[in-house]
Amino acid sequence: MFSMPFFVVLPLFGAFLITFLNSVVSNKKIRYFLNDFFAVLFTGVLFALSFFTIGKKGVYYIGGWVPPFGINFVLDGLSSLMLVVINLISFCATVFSIDYMKQYTAKRYYYALFLLMVAGMNGVVLTGDFFNLFVFIEIASISSYALVAFGTEAEELEASFKYMVMGCLATVFILFGIAILYSKFGILNMILISKELTGGVDPLTKFAFFLLVIGFFIKAAVVPFHAWLPDAHPSAPAPVSAMLSGVLIKSLGVYALVRISFSVFSFEASLPLAYLGIISMIVGVLLALGQMDIKRLLAYHSISQIGYILLGLGIGTPLGIIGGLFHLINHSIFKSLLFLNSGAIFYRTKTRNLEEMGGLHSVMPVTGTTSLAASLSISGLPPFNGFFSKLIIILACVEAQHYVFAIWAIVGSILTLASFTKVQKFAFYGENKNWRNIKEVPFFMCFAMVFLALLCLLTSLLLLPYFKEAFLLPAQKALDIGEYIGLLK
Amino acid sequence: MIYILCFVLFAVGLYGIFCKKNLIKIILGFMIADYALNLFLILLGYKKQGIAPILSKGQNLEKFAKTAVDPLPQALVLTSIVIGLAITALFIAIAVRIYERYGTFDITKIRKLKG
Repeated sequence: MFSMPFFVVLPLFGAFLITFLNSVVSNKKIRYFLNDFFAVLFTGVLFALSFFTIGKKGVYYIGGWVPPFGINFVLDGLSSLMLVVINLISFCATVFSIDYMKQYTAKRYYYALFLLMVAGMNGVVLTGDFFNLFVFIEIASISSYALVAFGTEAEELEASFKYMVMGCLATVFILFGIAILYSKFGILNMILISKELTGGVDPLTKFAFFLLVIGFFIKAAVVPFHAWLPDAHPSAPAPVSAMLSGVLIKSLGVYALVRISFSVFSFEASLPLAYLGIISMIVGVLLALGQMDIKRLLAYHSISQIGYILLGLGIGTPLGIIGGLFHLINHSIFKSLLFLNSGAIFYRTKTRNLEEMGGLHSVMPVTGTTSLAASLSISGLPPFNGFFSKLIIILACVEAQHYVFAIWAIVGSILTLASFTKVQKFAFYGENKNWRNIKEVPFFMCFAMVFLALLCLLTSLLLLPYFKEAFLLPAQKALDIGEYIGLLK
Repeated sequence: MIYILCFVLFAVGLYGIFCKKNLIKIILGFMIADYALNLFLILLGYKKQGIAPILSKGQNLEKFAKTAVDPLPQALVLTSIVIGLAITALFIAIAVRIYERYGTFDITKIRKLKG
């Protein structure tokens, strides 16, 4: 279990190294090259490392201090699944930013903040200590607030402020919940608290749980708490939007929520989660239908797809949980790809308005084709990955005899298809009025998009028995409370 | 009793965040809520007539364990204060930039984004 601390240490070191090198190296060209090189190197190494965590389990004691005195990192199936997803998307987003971020100044700060955000998210999925969880959530969120405001245009600052107020509210609630838990148990270790809680839950602990869940709902942008997301995600630079929609709301929101409610509190009446999922799913997609700003439309779809994930997890049967987790992986792949596509369009045309685009498929074939693959994935058409995960979730609904849920899930999927038909028609097909002379985007941007588009097809293979046993089933089993307590002897 | 005051302070902070229209007052509301929480955390470890949690030579261990205050919340609060500082600094930096762009701190006038 030697590799665990590297997921936090490496990006932190990388963030330091990049800012440090920029103040030492005087040659401008070398400096710019080093920025890109180290950012890609660090995220690439993390991506490679994350594959070695698959199928492993264990606990790492920081500084050799055994709980309850020290902080520990816990690795199980769910954590390793999240690690692979986070580092995959961060690698692709970094490769994409090599060319894309040339539009902005101060690339070094961008990479430093980006790596800090990755460190925070990796920490959230690895930590086994409540206060440590809070600290990592703050690291990831503070850097994301700064990244949303990175362009420092009026709208971006406004969105960032709104996001910050909501995000800080969430973390204040989370800290409050953690303080109450500490007053009750006198320990902060998640596994030990989970052991204490097996006897039963008293009102004070329920209140703490309530506060924690409210905090994570805000972070995950579930519908009553979603107001910040459609402002914050479109305002960020495209690779950051891809990170925010692709993994940040999942690792800080869904993962933490699931870990706390299933593993620590052994929360069984999860149907409220499924109801919230349905509401998010329908409200998100209905709001998305009317949007003409491509990134804003994608942000509303994030709310809707988070609804699918919560629905799968909320049904609580093994099949439902597998569907939810599979959809989590798929959504982070195709949603990041869609945001990168919108970034590629913006790079060439400087517009996000769908009405001003048109006929881009003929001039930007790579962007057009990858975006078509992602749109088909998110609308749930075979053979792309989105079809299989939605199918599993709907089958799980039917199996658990929640037929109404299944019908709503299908309705949501049809509305998604309608909305993406609109995107394809306005942006890539139709008449090319204004954009006859633009070219395809540079190589690195194409590379990131093609890579993700191939993954849209290849992740369907995760359902084959061999991959399923290696990757999805351990994650599903990790949510079992006995399994979680058993990690700490 | 003292805990109730903590909650009142927290509620004052929340009121500031939700009801005030000035950006700076919202930031102050957040700071008040944050400090209420820090106070709450530090009170969790407090004991009446407690001593500093540093074990010196020749001290009776049992008596020490009974009278010393809990050091862990103090460590937590230190961390939490530092995080609060970072958030406040970023908040104010963004508020200043917003003032440069819009010329106002009033959130009802800062409405370029639409639902």
